[in-house]
Amino acid sequence: MSVMSRDEVESLIQEVLEVYPAKAKKDRTKHLAPNDHELEQSKKCITSNKKSLPGVMTIRGCAYAGSKGVVWGPVKDMIHISHGPVGCGQYSRAGRRNYYIGTTGVNAFVTMNFTSDFQEKDIVFGGDKKLAKLIDEIETLFPLNKGVTIQSECPIGLIGDDIEAVAKKKTAEHGKTVVPVRCEGFRGVSQSLGHHIANDAVRDWVLSARDEDNSFETTPYDVAIIGDYNIGGDAWSSRILLEEMGLRVVAQWSGDGTISEMELTPKVKLNLVHCYRSMNYISRHMEEKYKIPWIEYNFFGPTKTVESLRKIASHFDETIQAKCEEVIEKYRPEWDSVIAKFRPRLEGKRVMLYVGGLRPRHVIGAYEDLGMEVVGTGYEFGHNDDYDRTIKEMGDATLLYDDVTGYEFEEFVKAVKPDLIGSGIKEKYIFQKMGVPFRQMHSWDYSGPYHGFDGFAIFARDMDMTLNNPCWKMLQAPWKKTEAAADEAVAASA
Amino acid sequence: MPNVMIRQDQTGKKTLYVAKRDLEEDIVSIEFEAADRWGGDITLADGSTYYIEPLDVAPELPITIRAKRGAEG
Repeated sequence: MSVMSRDEVESLIQEVLEVYPAKAKKDRTKHLAPNDHELEQSKKCITSNKKSLPGVMTIRGCAYAGSKGVVWGPVKDMIHISHGPVGCGQYSRAGRRNYYIGTTGVNAFVTMNFTSDFQEKDIVFGGDKKLAKLIDEIETLFPLNKGVTIQSECPIGLIGDDIEAVAKKKTAEHGKTVVPVRCEGFRGVSQSLGHHIANDAVRDWVLSARDEDNSFETTPYDVAIIGDYNIGGDAWSSRILLEEMGLRVVAQWSGDGTISEMELTPKVKLNLVHCYRSMNYISRHMEEKYKIPWIEYNFFGPTKTVESLRKIASHFDETIQAKCEEVIEKYRPEWDSVIAKFRPRLEGKRVMLYVGGLRPRHVIGAYEDLGMEVVGTGYEFGHNDDYDRTIKEMGDATLLYDDVTGYEFEEFVKAVKPDLIGSGIKEKYIFQKMGVPFRQMHSWDYSGPYHGFDGFAIFARDMDMTLNNPCWKMLQAPWKKTEAAADEAVAASA
Repeated sequence: MPNVMIRQDQTGKKTLYVAKRDLEEDIVSIEFEAADRWGGDITLADGSTYYIEPLDVAPELPITIRAKRGAEG
């Protein structure tokens, strides 16, 4: 199918919405739009960060998922207590593949599940005593932990437990940071508020810890990587590029990060923000309080990586800028050979994305480097400012969808017929059964890293592996296939 | 009376950010921008307006400050 015109996209949206009741249709119309380059502001074409409609299949998570799963979870030397019933922590345990270095259970705890396992009596009589006991037990069993966070699940807010009081008491008792996070799942409309709450908890309980302490030796080239969760090793493949440029990476937030790195972040010269959605809050705070400027960067695909490296270098002196060019030249043959190998196999293929955070706009460049085109994109939990940034990246009249429902996404795919879909695990098997090649773009389909020049090689290989897999030709039953093939043969001979 | 954050990027462009409303918009004009009087009516690129009680000293940006929503915004 060729490129759709604006009218075609609009009529497709109308067609898909036809099945909804009037009220639902009115609401959903606001979340779907063809991209319009003329618009400066996304809010004129698309509404985002609104409550999902009851009755439709949404793919969003909750505030707890945003705080424990995204922002706090990867901090490896702290223990993150899933405070409440056992399920929230257990079913989300270790699913996000935030890689880290350390000995699990001794000095690193990311993939473990700590929970207060609420029972009926805890709901009735309150769970603060249990929480206090749990923190004491942690101190006995895992003495090398550097701190504890209390990630509230829904009941904590409902029964009104005072986790802040417990946190303060235990901080004094054990001399370690104990952070209460009020990220009850019912707060907000998606995981996005969880990010914000987690950022605020960092601000209030962690960030100012070393304000009076100047013993840390700084250099003029100190930077922090903010909003890289080291999925499949992403932060590492980003970090080596920055270090080769001559910068010193003081902190990684929060993939493979530690609490002391977080405490040292106010000492850096520049914050590099990868995931704008989940970490812009803390970056803005640090800019205001510590006068640390922040910039957004994008390490997906060589074009964007080079652009970002130069942008980062422009904040430093000429030695860094010269080294930046050296690094780019060093890796150029590497990515050129990747493009030479995979571009002919992927050229002209069309991709639809539906993910969260930064990827709906950030990975577009990587696909374009491979000669592929992104024909539709959308955020699970993006806000207006995300769409503002997306409008510029996407082609004119491409499809934008916010918090798309299972039904809408399926119908869009049927009509647009992309060659590849990048979305989450819940969509994966639906589309594979429909015969559409699919990559799980939340955790890189158990592959990765995808950031930086090293990551791009893996990215290209993975896309090729998926798209040109011979299995897609075998989805039709053999007897049906022969008929179709015979028909084709007849048509060809006629 | 939302809390707004006003920041200035390297090129000198000022933006106004309201976390609660997901609003991140360029500032077109600020009524008072002198060293001894700063604030007043703020107009954004989308046409909406905010009002900040004028300060006696021009602040160092970025700054978080209480603002009143204007009539249209």
